Amino acid sequence: MLDIRWPIGLMFALVGAILIVYGLITGSDAGLYHRSLDININLVWGVVLVVFGGLMLLFAWRGQKTAAPK
Amino acid sequence: MQLVNLHVLDYIILAIYVVFVLGIGFALKRYMKTSSDFFMSGRSIPTWVTGLAFISANLGALELVGMAASGAKYGIATAHFYWVGAIPAMVFLAVFMMPFYYGSKARSVPEYLKMRFDERVRCLNSISFAVMTLFASGVSMNALAKLLHQLLGWDYNVSLWITSAVVLVYVLKGGLTSAIYTEVLQFFMIVLGFAPVVYLGLKDVGGWDKLTATLGQVAQHPMAVDLNTKAFQTNAWTSAWQPLLAGPTSNPMGVDIFAMVFGLGFVLSFGYWCTNFLVVQRAMAARNMGAARRTPLIAAVPKMILPVLVILPGMLAAALAFTAKDGYRLPPLPIKNIPAAVQAVKTAPADPVAALAAIKQTVGLKMNDAKLTALVAASKTLTDEQIKTRVQDAVADNDYDGVILSLVKKYCPPGMLGLALTALLASFMSGMAGNVTAFNAVWTYDLYQAYIAKNKSDEHYMWMGRAVTIAGILLSIVCAYLVSHWSNAMDIIQLVFGFVNAPLFATFLLGMFWKRATGTGAFLGLLGGTLTSALFHALTSAAGNVPGIKGGYLTVLQVFPSDMAQNFWLASFAFMACFLLTAGISLATARTKTDEELKGLVYSLTPKLKAEEGPWILRPAVLGVILLAGCVVLNWMFF
Repeated sequence: MLDIRWPIGLMFALVGAILIVYGLITGSDAGLYHRSLDININLVWGVVLVVFGGLMLLFAWRGQKTAAPK
Repeated sequence: MQLVNLHVLDYIILAIYVVFVLGIGFALKRYMKTSSDFFMSGRSIPTWVTGLAFISANLGALELVGMAASGAKYGIATAHFYWVGAIPAMVFLAVFMMPFYYGSKARSVPEYLKMRFDERVRCLNSISFAVMTLFASGVSMNALAKLLHQLLGWDYNVSLWITSAVVLVYVLKGGLTSAIYTEVLQFFMIVLGFAPVVYLGLKDVGGWDKLTATLGQVAQHPMAVDLNTKAFQTNAWTSAWQPLLAGPTSNPMGVDIFAMVFGLGFVLSFGYWCTNFLVVQRAMAARNMGAARRTPLIAAVPKMILPVLVILPGMLAAALAFTAKDGYRLPPLPIKNIPAAVQAVKTAPADPVAALAAIKQTVGLKMNDAKLTALVAASKTLTDEQIKTRVQDAVADNDYDGVILSLVKKYCPPGMLGLALTALLASFMSGMAGNVTAFNAVWTYDLYQAYIAKNKSDEHYMWMGRAVTIAGILLSIVCAYLVSHWSNAMDIIQLVFGFVNAPLFATFLLGMFWKRATGTGAFLGLLGGTLTSALFHALTSAAGNVPGIKGGYLTVLQVFPSDMAQNFWLASFAFMACFLLTAGISLATARTKTDEELKGLVYSLTPKLKAEEGPWILRPAVLGVILLAGCVVLNWMFF
């Protein structure tokens, strides 16, 4: 059976990466981030999503390794 | 609601989500070999996945929207729907009821009723459940299509059909497993999509202490933001139990302690969490008995902390609106006929009093006099577009269901906005998928196989499951249109849900723990309980309501301080009626099932479960006690 951690990990890593790139491009645009209390929330939260997605992928990979010998 | 302009990035995030859920459906297709795979996931899903799906099936978009609304209206007492109205029932399901559901090899909740009682009880339960799931799914899709229309300007019909088509494809391909997997995905989407909004909101208000201080002022002057018509003690929005203990006139919910603890905490909560196949189906898909019992317990952990994500935003909105931070206000109810309203402003009579009266007549909502007067005075120099914005802003009635979106719009730049909106969209779609998978299992096993086509091949039932998935989605769409075109439909549906659900737990309680309960007793008790609900509703009313659809259409014997109090008391009465009728009729009728037949279905006749695998700390009873202790601590912290 498909391990749900693969799609979850991939999706959040991908979305997180996109947010990071967008956050870096628009980082100098103070007007854009005024609404998020002058925090570059795309960059910050993109990093959180990439870390979360990466952990999910790591668990999925480890799960696959332990399941494989059977 | 004002339109939001989505950035292309937001659309990309939305598209990524849709591609992933469809991909999950296609990836699961090759595992769907038997009807058991399709309807029950072959009982092979890991526990943490069933646990999160269990909670997620309940965490629909309507829950998100509704809890934020209640957070603004009632403050922290809304958490009772979690700490009183969910956790104890989830622990009870895991420790006491799951052994019978899972151990009996029943494939659905109605099928358990057939094994325990007889066909009549199963038939009654499966038909009412099937109808309710279709309506629930229709209500969810209607809300989604309406939201996409109001927020993004998409066409209602296109939104409804496209989102339904996405759900159709992935449920058709992957069955229950698809629904469960996307529910888990949706759970993380909601947590990760809304957490930054809550964080920014809390930071903006000035932290928790500032929030409680501001809400203290809100409680004393709720009229200032049209939250309530009378003043309360300062702790009414920030303390969960004290205003409740002080009586129904001292808390904004208008509920007394008995209705809260017995009505919500026992009858409604146990009736929902322990008997609703939509959630129980998730636990039934677990690998083994231990996993099935741990499913609701795992679900209880996020359930305990979810108020931070779903109720806190409402409280933040109330505080932000009270201080009018950066011009924030609670979103006003949308004016139905905006061109007519604009016209009314432009053609308003010269006399100010007559002008206000004429505009209010056209709009049909409560209006802010000062804002309206200013608008009329300035109307000559404004464009139609400006008048439109200002007349909408002059509406004083709050649109509580728009609270969560108003915060998303306030704090999210492009990118984050896409993530938060996708989370909301995801929860609407998985709401539909969850209901449709519960519906197709009950239809195929409890109605089609039981009464229409017995003893067919497994392929036949698998085919039926797929066919009924399509039918179920089409019927949901019909229900969505019904709800959208006939505004009373929503009220009536919720009413009937209440009538049917309220007595249900009495039937299960007696069935599982009293071997003397008979089929006739259960059947008549259930009918009697439902009729009691209907009668109770026809004879009582809530303060501020005119007799009619909201109750009291026969005559008004009792007026409750609020709709919520009426609802909780109704449930209490229906439960008692069902309990007493089932017990009484059972004693008067002969048993039709022997002790041997009831083995595995009734507590006293079932051998105690053997010591389970794994360390003692993971035993359901131990975990249950830990969870209840955690729940007590939370209640005490916010006492």
